[in-house]
Amino acid sequence: MSDYRLEPGAPLDVREVLKDLASYRPRRRGWTWRKMAPGLKMHGFTYQDTSEPLKRSVPLPPAHHFGNIDPQPGPVITTEIASGRFEDDIRRMRMAAHHGADHIMVIRTAGQSHFDGLIEGTPQGVGGVPITRKQIRAQRKALDMIEDEVGRPINYHSYVSGVAGPEIAVLFAEEGVNGAHQDPQYNVLYRNINMARSFVDACESKRVMSWAGMAQIDGAHNANATAREAWKVMPELMVQHAINARFSVACGMPRDLVCLSTVPPTATPAPCVHMDLPYAVALRELFEGFRMRAQMNTKYIQSSTREATVTHVLNMLVSKLTSADIQSTITPDEGRNVPWHIYNIEACDTARQTLIGLDGLMDMVALKQEGYLREKARELKERAVLFMEEMLVSGGYFQAVEDGFFVDSGYFPERNGDGISRSLTGGIGAGSLIARKKDYMAPVTAHYGYNNTAQYGLRTGQSPAGLIGGCTLERPEMIQYIDELDETDNAAMRMAESGELRQPGARFLKPEMEWLGDGTVMLTLFFPAEKKVARAAALEAARRMNLEDPEVISLEVMHPVDGTRVEVKGKVPFSIPLDSLVIPPEPEVMEDDEIRAAIKECPIKVVCGTVGEDEHSVGLREIIDIKHGGIEGYGIQVHYLGTSVPPDKLVSAAIEVGADAILASTIISHDNIHYKNIALIDRIAREMGVRSRLVFLAGGTQVTPELAREAGADEGFGRGAKGVHVATALIKMRKARK
Amino acid sequence: MKRDDDFDARRESLKGLSDHELHKRFWSLAEQLTAPLLEMGRLYTSPSIERSILLRMGFSSLEAKALVDACLEKGLLGHGAGHVVYKASQAGGKDIRETGLALIRGEGWEDLEGTFSKEDAQ
Repeated sequence: MSDYRLEPGAPLDVREVLKDLASYRPRRRGWTWRKMAPGLKMHGFTYQDTSEPLKRSVPLPPAHHFGNIDPQPGPVITTEIASGRFEDDIRRMRMAAHHGADHIMVIRTAGQSHFDGLIEGTPQGVGGVPITRKQIRAQRKALDMIEDEVGRPINYHSYVSGVAGPEIAVLFAEEGVNGAHQDPQYNVLYRNINMARSFVDACESKRVMSWAGMAQIDGAHNANATAREAWKVMPELMVQHAINARFSVACGMPRDLVCLSTVPPTATPAPCVHMDLPYAVALRELFEGFRMRAQMNTKYIQSSTREATVTHVLNMLVSKLTSADIQSTITPDEGRNVPWHIYNIEACDTARQTLIGLDGLMDMVALKQEGYLREKARELKERAVLFMEEMLVSGGYFQAVEDGFFVDSGYFPERNGDGISRSLTGGIGAGSLIARKKDYMAPVTAHYGYNNTAQYGLRTGQSPAGLIGGCTLERPEMIQYIDELDETDNAAMRMAESGELRQPGARFLKPEMEWLGDGTVMLTLFFPAEKKVARAAALEAARRMNLEDPEVISLEVMHPVDGTRVEVKGKVPFSIPLDSLVIPPEPEVMEDDEIRAAIKECPIKVVCGTVGEDEHSVGLREIIDIKHGGIEGYGIQVHYLGTSVPPDKLVSAAIEVGADAILASTIISHDNIHYKNIALIDRIAREMGVRSRLVFLAGGTQVTPELAREAGADEGFGRGAKGVHVATALIKMRKARK
Repeated sequence: MKRDDDFDARRESLKGLSDHELHKRFWSLAEQLTAPLLEMGRLYTSPSIERSILLRMGFSSLEAKALVDACLEKGLLGHGAGHVVYKASQAGGKDIRETGLALIRGEGWEDLEGTFSKEDAQ
């Protein structure tokens, strides 16, 4: 048995994860909700709707201004990770967990729904991952380690659908999968699997999922994505939710594990919140006691990641104004490619940022109990009731589907005659159902329906699996593990190809978006040209930059003729030898007490100001002000000259007050003016004969230390520099001068 | 079918209902629509359900497929693939796994002939 442990400071070793999978057993079954922590206090703030914080995480970018806190919102946050190579997805799962995801959903490879049985081994997928026992074990095992690292259980999730639903449900129950999509209507409408088969299989799948305590997500959101005008299917969505929800409860599933997959159907430029909110309210009222899995809208997103992100923020406003037990995320690059690592992380951060930003909103605002919102919500419910009444009149569910009731683009009772129609005797798996005989028997746990165990002497309530001394659900050691079936299409072969890039122990580094060593990079360019010209120019630019397979992934018109923004992806043909990299050392930082003692022993006086035609003062004030942890706090005497200070004035003031150092802040970087000003101060100080006795430090958000030194400063400070860095430098440099 | 939005006319029967009554109507309809589907689930089985049972009995996916295909071919699936293996195991005095592997090899089927009911479940 491998004794591999994931170390917080070390790369995740996928090779180790893949060892000893035959003997791996999941540590738990069932779904885990977050533990709420109302009234949580962090960094002097009080939160209303947060859950327990993580042990380790990567906080939101501005957190360094707020003591690096990372408050966690209440809903479980989902990210979908399935690049086609599950082994590379494992690293992405670790990144996502550090950005607040605790529900990792794995999309299945194209065509798995129609695969009549389980897939084994680790073949590469297309648009998703082939879900197999080995793949699940590896990912669940990795998530066990990752959840220990971040300090919060992580729910692992995939799909119980297609013609092998019951087998997949058993596989998931055996392997500790915590949640799954299961909705026979999805099979029927979108996978053209025979209706009767889908519902009969679903009974068994749902019973098994219930036994395992898995959370179930339904498939109603697909109608949003399919219908031409997604907001018109709102009444039907409620019907689809109701059919699956009612069916699931009857199969034994507790209501609080039946999650409705609900998407705000509309997007801008429609007045989307105005349209989506009454629907969200109606749904939550009708389905009280069930759980809401709030998904983001994909139907209308284009290739702009900014536009997608804003839509998703608006979606979460609806979640916040109503409720969400699970807040799922769509990566903002969904409109352009299979999601990249960075966009999974962006989506998690968008959810975390928005939900924390809206913390406590409902303590201050309430939805109106009269007027448009109430009337619209009521109307939607009535339309849904009328929909079901007409289904019954037509002869029931199967007949309604045959009649094309579903995914019709008309706003029910309006009908456009363009719904999806399926025949009860058609579709994949048609004619495959078999009537159970009087002596039908299944000696296993979590079996649905007629089961004549009485013929073997069992009484009602006695476990059918008792007949064989227990099944795999009680005795997991009975599970048969298959490692690989294909000698060439497997993870080991793929990993051998990228061996020198794989951590730990990599010798080379290569840019990566999806798979280790894919070499993919993205360029953002602007051309003062119309769309077609800009597209051609962007591809030509990429070629001249030696990018292979360049492809335009986004075009945005800034003006029909004067400008186009283009994003291009391509692949670089090189790997960088890791030992060739020159990595600048981290800036040296003295202890606060040590700095204070040094200043006390030998005081330091500085003059400072923002140079050039520049009115920015925030950065410099952060470096000097005592209340921002600036250098004044260490006893350094500061003469602040203000903003837009001419370089010569800075030098002459230094001479006048007898300063030991000049601190110049320079924010504006247009035409490299920041470095030009640094050079100018250096020159003036030399001309005035004081350069050698003055320490000259320059800083600003666009300043890099190397270039500042090249321009003539003794040291440069960029984004993230603090008073302590500057104070340390002043003390060290003064000492060096002596 | 094409039809204009005649919601105002159709809602006549609903507009007098309180929200609570409307919700009750909604769930009662959902129940009526799903009841026949659940009954079908009770009385029918499928190759996937039967393979899922064999997985639970300790067979691999490949073995489960072979056993279900053999049961289908012999017209025995309506009795339950797990039942077939169980019965053969009782008849042959071997454990479940050994019995199933033998059935896959084509051994032991003769013991089962004429032992199953012809009636459908009710």
